[in-house]
Amino acid sequence: MAASYNAKEEDGHLSGSSGLGGTAIRTRKPDNTAFKQQRLPAWQPILTAGTVLPAFFVIGLIFIPIGIGLFVTSNNIKEIEIEYTGTETSSPCFNCSHNFSWNSTTPCKCVLSFFLDQPFESNVFMYYGLSNFYQNHRRYVKSRDDSQLNGDLNSLKDPSKECEPYRFNEKPIAPCGAIANSMFNDTLDLFYIDPNGTKNPIPLIKKGIAWWTDKHVKFRNPAGSNLTAVFRDTAKPVNWLKPVYELDTDSENNGFINEDFIVWMRTAALPTFRKLYRIIQKKNNMTPTLPRGNYTLEVTYNYPVRSFEGRKRMILSTISWMGGKNPFLGIAYITVGSICFFLGVVLLFIHHKYGNRNNSSDISN
Amino acid sequence: MRLVKRRWKDVRVGDFVRVLSNQIIPADILLLHTSDPNGVCHMETANLDGETNLKQRRVVPGFSTLGKPFQPQTFSSTVVCENPNNNLNVFKGYVERPDKRRTGFGIDSLLLRGCTVRNTDDAAGIVVYTGHETKSMLNNSGPRYKRSKIERKMNTDVLFCVLLLFFMCLIGALGHSIWLETFTTMPSYIVPDRNGNYTPSVLAGFYMFFTMIILLQVMIPVSLYVSIELVKMGQIFFITQDVELYDEELDSRVQCRALNITEDLGQIQYVFSDKTGTLTENKMVFRRCTILGTEYCHDENAARLAVVSGANEEEEDTLYQQTKLPPLFPLEELQDSHTGDKNHANTQVTAANRRRSRVAAGAQSDMAFSTPLETVVVPDRKLMLEVDRQMASILCGPYLDFFLALAICNTVVVSTVTAQRERVKGRSNSAYSGGSFHIMGQWFRKGSLRNVFSSMKFFKRGEDTLADPFAKDEDEPDMFHSSDVSDSTTGQKVISSESEVKRSLSGTEEVCYEAHSPDEAALIHAAKAYGFTMVERTPYYVTVKLPDDTLLKFEVLDVLTFDSTRRRMSIIVRHPHTNEIIMYTKGADSAIMERLGNVFSDMSQVDNVAKQIAVKTQKDLDMYARDGLRTLCFAKKVISEKEFKAWFAIRQEALSAIDEKEERLLDTATYIENNFTLLGATGIEDRLQESVPETIQALRRAGMQVWVLTGDKPETAINIAYSCKLLDHEDLVFTFSTNRKSVCKMRLEDTLGELRRSSLSPGAEVQFRGNNSAFTLMEHSIGLVIDGPTLSMAMSDDLVEQFVELCKHCRAVLCCRVTPLQKSSVVKLIRQKLRVMTLAIGDGANDVNMIQAADVGIGVSGQEGMQAVMASDFAITRFKHLQRLLLVHGHWCYSRLANMVIYFFYKNVAYVNLLFWYQFYCGFSATAMIDYWLMIFFNLLFTSAPPIMFGIMDKEVSDSTLLSLPELYKKGQHSEGYKRSTFWIAILDAFYQSLVCFFIPYWTYNGSDIGIFSFGTPMNTVSLFTIILHLAIEIKSWTVVHWVIMIGSVLVYFIVTLAYSAICTSCNPPSNPYWIMHKQMADPMFYLVCILTTVVALLPRYTLHVLRGTLAPSPHLSARQLERLPPSHREQRIREWRGLRDTCISPSLRSQEHSSSPCPSA
Repeated sequence: MAASYNAKEEDGHLSGSSGLGGTAIRTRKPDNTAFKQQRLPAWQPILTAGTVLPAFFVIGLIFIPIGIGLFVTSNNIKEIEIEYTGTETSSPCFNCSHNFSWNSTTPCKCVLSFFLDQPFESNVFMYYGLSNFYQNHRRYVKSRDDSQLNGDLNSLKDPSKECEPYRFNEKPIAPCGAIANSMFNDTLDLFYIDPNGTKNPIPLIKKGIAWWTDKHVKFRNPAGSNLTAVFRDTAKPVNWLKPVYELDTDSENNGFINEDFIVWMRTAALPTFRKLYRIIQKKNNMTPTLPRGNYTLEVTYNYPVRSFEGRKRMILSTISWMGGKNPFLGIAYITVGSICFFLGVVLLFIHHKYGNRNNSSDISN
Repeated sequence: MRLVKRRWKDVRVGDFVRVLSNQIIPADILLLHTSDPNGVCHMETANLDGETNLKQRRVVPGFSTLGKPFQPQTFSSTVVCENPNNNLNVFKGYVERPDKRRTGFGIDSLLLRGCTVRNTDDAAGIVVYTGHETKSMLNNSGPRYKRSKIERKMNTDVLFCVLLLFFMCLIGALGHSIWLETFTTMPSYIVPDRNGNYTPSVLAGFYMFFTMIILLQVMIPVSLYVSIELVKMGQIFFITQDVELYDEELDSRVQCRALNITEDLGQIQYVFSDKTGTLTENKMVFRRCTILGTEYCHDENAARLAVVSGANEEEEDTLYQQTKLPPLFPLEELQDSHTGDKNHANTQVTAANRRRSRVAAGAQSDMAFSTPLETVVVPDRKLMLEVDRQMASILCGPYLDFFLALAICNTVVVSTVTAQRERVKGRSNSAYSGGSFHIMGQWFRKGSLRNVFSSMKFFKRGEDTLADPFAKDEDEPDMFHSSDVSDSTTGQKVISSESEVKRSLSGTEEVCYEAHSPDEAALIHAAKAYGFTMVERTPYYVTVKLPDDTLLKFEVLDVLTFDSTRRRMSIIVRHPHTNEIIMYTKGADSAIMERLGNVFSDMSQVDNVAKQIAVKTQKDLDMYARDGLRTLCFAKKVISEKEFKAWFAIRQEALSAIDEKEERLLDTATYIENNFTLLGATGIEDRLQESVPETIQALRRAGMQVWVLTGDKPETAINIAYSCKLLDHEDLVFTFSTNRKSVCKMRLEDTLGELRRSSLSPGAEVQFRGNNSAFTLMEHSIGLVIDGPTLSMAMSDDLVEQFVELCKHCRAVLCCRVTPLQKSSVVKLIRQKLRVMTLAIGDGANDVNMIQAADVGIGVSGQEGMQAVMASDFAITRFKHLQRLLLVHGHWCYSRLANMVIYFFYKNVAYVNLLFWYQFYCGFSATAMIDYWLMIFFNLLFTSAPPIMFGIMDKEVSDSTLLSLPELYKKGQHSEGYKRSTFWIAILDAFYQSLVCFFIPYWTYNGSDIGIFSFGTPMNTVSLFTIILHLAIEIKSWTVVHWVIMIGSVLVYFIVTLAYSAICTSCNPPSNPYWIMHKQMADPMFYLVCILTTVVALLPRYTLHVLRGTLAPSPHLSARQLERLPPSHREQRIREWRGLRDTCISPSLRSQEHSSSPCPSA
């Protein structure tokens, strides 16, 4: 006790005596630095009409051209939507939509014809669109097993609990979960009807519709030379007609890395959405990708939407740097730009009327 | 007998414990034995109250076995003491011996747990309290938690947020139910449960309510509380770092003891100030005295004071420069310099000591009496002659009595330099090792001026320990700390150094006095100047050296210590020559004058003389008071042997009482203290601190009402009030001083009536004032002076409303002669009745109540110890610092915190609402379109630093402008920074911004092939930009730190998000953030959406700010514009501004005031 106290005292003593000698008196005086004294050089903007006027005009002047650009671009995009849900009796697909059963072995087919007034010049993207389909439902979004889809063998045999109730069907389901189970399985084929009446199938490319990273990194088939063997101990999703290893004949597009499957698995943000189905590549510069004329769409009608009053569409669209056709952004830019410009004018007026009062009194004094 | 080493935890009540020097006391121990010949033991209470001086403890009377070792076997008495309580200054009990004799003891015999024994080889005693029952543990209630006004308001707003959350969740739940109802058969995207069953829609809605709570819980700003703590830490850092609030002399910064009420400093409406030591220096200087009706004005002394006050500091420094003492000053050398040729070394050592004590003292001011200014009194020539004449003729007389009273009627402890040295040597020869000698040496060196060896309570013999903390009111000039109390309560001893005795007393050693109150020190030095030097004081004797070098050794029979009820102290001594029992008393004039007896009542002529003396003295006293001097009366009384004996017996009985001890002691004291013979009176000056008038004016211009509560008499207080500009000479001052309640009531009603009339018709007031112009009329308002007794009447239930009403009209209120309890009840009254923010500032133990009662308590660490500081929220060293603390730091802290809190509410609502809007498009299924981790990071990483920085560093108006325009402070007083409307505007803005942030991306991407989290990414980014730029609009000054943190936050967002979505391929199901951010950032649409949304979201707020700045600039904005002007223009504008305020705003305020606004502005 005493010893420890001694040491403590010694310290105090030493510091005390050094203070006594006048050398380096240890004071508690705060450092006189700009930071500690809150005197850092500072930029102090004052928001008055005079100072911010330019900002409003600049925003206005930048936004309006952008808006016009966007609007024009959007208008140049050609897009056609064909609904084939078959709710009305007049619709060719009415029968298919009403006689639906997930398990029917004989596919129901319907044919719709449409007329294209304007040729589609560049590459054409073919989408299928669903309405009122809540792919963003919380429990639906969760109902998947990413590690299974990434080729993990353990997950293949024992899928994540999130997949319930689409996890086991006696054998583990691959791919498990509600998303995979409800995969869109209509087949769409497009034919150009020559003026002379011949039906020319339009080549639809089914590769390159998914994100590159999804196809090559995120989705992987389980290791194994033969897909059929790999998936032997698994069951197909309840609603599927074919097992996952029979989605395509091309081994690069089969199993989990089937691009239609990958596209479906990227759940849509909003209940009305479209998903890329096929790409129609431009053949040469001479002829448009889709010339003006009559077309028929042959639908193999498998996917039921009646239960939730959904709609099914086929969309053909050319594409620009801003994606699909959407005039909203262009209009919004133009509107906001105009408002800013208008506010700028108002502020200019205010500045002239009131702002000078402050300034002049500042200066005159 | 054998002593056994025991652990602290094994110490039990009733054990005998011996503690050695420098050991920590393990329990509350009743002191029964010490190694000290005088039966005292010193302890250091730094652990308890931070006071570094030593406290003296005394063996229970009758138990000191001098010189002999302690023998617990022989102890056969019963100790009876009170139940454990947390009062560190009161301890009551008695020891009953086998023969039924009872001896009382008090706090001065109790060694407190946690303190350290010093300077006493060993101390032994019996344990009375242990563990959690000890006084120190009972006092340790943890830090006091005060909630600031903003926080209280904030909490209700948090409730609004909870309500909002509830409604949003309800909407979600209902929505989900209804949405489910629309389906006749369940579609494939509705996932059944494990068994393939679907939850009924009502139940699903019920579940959804709770799911929604989890999703939207960010709405309740839990992070706000954490951030507020961080912000306050930062604010406190900057307050304590302020070099302007640093006191060179005491080497002390401002201390922030309460960590969570910084912003309350910016909302103060009422300031309650102590006078002595707060407004004044509390450095007492003896100025004048009157003896037997003759006034001695001490002109020479006054003249000297005028000269010295300027030169003092320099002189001291030069002396110090010359001495050039080595850095390590060995003990021997110091001793030598003392023992050696005094003339040779004295000056040097004194200067060095002075310097050293200043360094060693740390935060304490020990310097009060180390300068010659205060200690040395130049005697009045006339009086000197008078004294010499009486000395020559007879050895008694009124003059001698007067100075004897000055010299001995106090609790000052004396110790000579030689005495100190001898004790040090004595210790070195003792059985202790060299180590302890070393320690002693250090003590000696560290505190050679502080006289750690001095004994203070020797003269106390078996008398009371009246230790009510309110017992001492240092305000009073007549207040002498009863030493037994004050060494633990007011603690900080005022140390008088060796005074440079100009009138050299041949052969006398240098004398060191340790006084508890500056008044006592001033008086004893005055007595010394006339040759009456108190040279020794033991518990039983007090020795005084007379001018002719004879020593008078008085036997001390009893000391009646000071208390605030009696307002006087007495010492009963036996005169060595005449053997008479004499009681010397000093006290407040009222306390003495009304108890003057007509001793010579049988002789009418002498009676007349006595009366005449009394009248003349009273006249002088009034004159002193008018000059602002603190007055004291001295009186004497000769007690007959028989009377004393009878009284002493009662006294002893009272001392050993437990029940109503205070009352009984008071009765005994009052019984003996009457029939005084007046000797004279003294006037002591207490100088005003620097810049006090300026500070008070600034506070008042800032809209604060300043009240001064003092224990002083009205005359002195009024005088000080005028000199510190609390009252103006043109003010209309009402003085309330009465003993009758009916009178008090009448006066209140009259005054109120008059005030109402005059405020109704201002013209009448102009007439009434005559020479004042209409514009300056408003400047002069009403001052109220009220004294203690009247105050308690005015605060009684039936008059309190009127009193408060009157106070609202008064610009300045001065309460005199108030007790500490009254101080706190005044503060409480105003705080509760007017619902205002109050601040109390004081320096002494008597201010503790007030400091604790107020919303913000400020302690002035000055002459009177640490009590006030310990109780306070903030501790400063000078009153003038209050100005900067409130007007600058208070204002900054308030507006910073208010803005930050508002911003936080906005931030959370704005972000959470994004999720809420999304529910309308996902079937109210509580889906989040933003990755969970990114959501967590958003609040934790990306947007947490900017608001904290905003709360710590934003600066709307610079400190110099705030100081020159105190009016800006009113923003905080009226809570303009954070009103309910501000909150709702912020919430509305948040709703608007979240709508924009959601729907612009929504319309952009609607119908496209965008995935959930690709959809959420631009929203997340957009709300980050919006939230950061929203803050950017609010930030008033951009320093490097601001830029770094703002830009840093955005960068961190992009880096973290990019890294996260690059690494995480399947790590966070179901969000799959993989490559989403990269994909989005490669898309020009992303940027277009971000830019447009940010602009649209912020446009209204920005425009509104611009319009407000142009069309209706707030005072703060105008002040900021002023800062841009060149200095010369600025000053002119500031002056104009003030003029404008006075002429234009005052009348409007006047009308407000009339409509009973709680804080009429100056």
